[in-house]
Amino acid sequence: MATAPQKTRGIGQGLLQGLSVTLKTMLKPAVTVQYPHVKPDLPARTRGVIALLEENCTVCYKCSRECPDWCIYIDAHKETHEPAGGGRARSAKVLDRFAIDYALCMYCGICVEVCPFDALFWSPEFEYAEYDIDEMTHEKERLGEWTYTVLPPPALEEGAEAPEEQAS
Amino acid sequence: MIGQGLVGQESFIDGLTSNFWLALLIKTVLVLIFFLTVPLVVGYMEHKVLAHMQGRFGPMEAGRFHGWAQLVADGVKFVQKEDVVPSAADSTVFSLAPAVALIPYIITLVVLPIGADLYALDLDVGIFFVLAMSSIGVIGVLMAGWASANKFSLIGALRAAAQLIAYELPLVLAAAAVVMLAGTMSMVGIVEAQRDLWYVVPLFPMFIVFMISTLAELTRPPFDMPIADSEIIYGAYTEYTGLKFAFFLLSEYGGIVVMSGVAATLFLGGYLPLPGLSFVPGLFNSMGKIFALSFIIIWFRATYPRLREDQLQRFAWIGLVPLTLLWILGVGALKVWV
Repeated sequence: MATAPQKTRGIGQGLLQGLSVTLKTMLKPAVTVQYPHVKPDLPARTRGVIALLEENCTVCYKCSRECPDWCIYIDAHKETHEPAGGGRARSAKVLDRFAIDYALCMYCGICVEVCPFDALFWSPEFEYAEYDIDEMTHEKERLGEWTYTVLPPPALEEGAEAPEEQAS
Repeated sequence: MIGQGLVGQESFIDGLTSNFWLALLIKTVLVLIFFLTVPLVVGYMEHKVLAHMQGRFGPMEAGRFHGWAQLVADGVKFVQKEDVVPSAADSTVFSLAPAVALIPYIITLVVLPIGADLYALDLDVGIFFVLAMSSIGVIGVLMAGWASANKFSLIGALRAAAQLIAYELPLVLAAAAVVMLAGTMSMVGIVEAQRDLWYVVPLFPMFIVFMISTLAELTRPPFDMPIADSEIIYGAYTEYTGLKFAFFLLSEYGGIVVMSGVAATLFLGGYLPLPGLSFVPGLFNSMGKIFALSFIIIWFRATYPRLREDQLQRFAWIGLVPLTLLWILGVGALKVWV
């Protein structure tokens, strides 16, 4: 449109064109989404919030160490158990607390990238605003609920190598 | 005789009661009710039409159904606000200004016929009275601008005055063409004279001139330099808060209704039905025309950017005034020789 040569126009033609533009816009449906009444139509992989699948977490602390804002809080204790078949006692870390302070989080997604065991996911949920900044720290129970809306990973491209866990 | 139409029927209220004072009371109340409701409807229409012309919804929450109570809520809010008078302001003039801006439009409604027998008063000098009254409003704006002791207010007020002087002339001349054709100044008489042919047909350029001048006189976009918010904050209304500011807003929307009504009366046959729809009662005809013209005024606001002050003056003096004078000459010749 911008590159088209300017045609000479009659007096008032531009004025009428302007009127027709506003009238046509009025007759078209409005683009506004009435949010609290109508949920927005977000893409399925919207990065709304970071969700935690607790079962996958090995308490490696990678996420909390890589976090640029230091907004991930992890508490854990060590449990030792004797293997049934004998041998030296094995120790395993057990997760006590996993919380993300969304008042600090800047949604960079580094924790999701760095998690070696796919315990962290992007979830499309976004309605977790609170009235107090302290309540913006969401604990692992809440983070777990958000995993329910996480989509399965996208299908591999054709001819791609299968993931190691499945290949072996 | 005042109160007695020349051509039209007797006023409906005068037919109800022969008691002058009772009729006066009923008329006053009805005019006030009209003035306090119809401008609100037009204001709501502006909210919605402007919004939809910009791809939005406009108010949707107040009153639950499509925000119908938005302006009521606004009114409640304005009443609650603090009434601030600037310390340097001339407080008497400052407080009187909204009333001076508002009342002329209420008075103008008195002679506006919205049905064959629905008018408060059918003055012999009706249109003269309307034009005289609608010009008083600008004194309120001047008072507001001067008394605010604020340079932006003063600039806005002077712009409004200059604009009114420039556009009053084409407005009056356009109305004069109608009066010449109708042979009467009575508002009812002018409507009745249009039984055969609405004056918008023979006087189409005058109708356009009248609507443009109306926009300028109401300081509506694209002629809203007196309140140009990007240049002079809000012009003469900058210092106003609360109810006083609400009165100025009401006078703007009241002005739209009144001037649309006058334009409908002069050019669109007022309460006369559309061709082929003679069963529609006069009240609906006139209200439909008022709302249609108000819609056009709002439509212009959504479409056109604000002109510059010198463009506005130039347009009036070398565009509209000669055009109207020529057309009046033509109408005069038509009256004499045809």
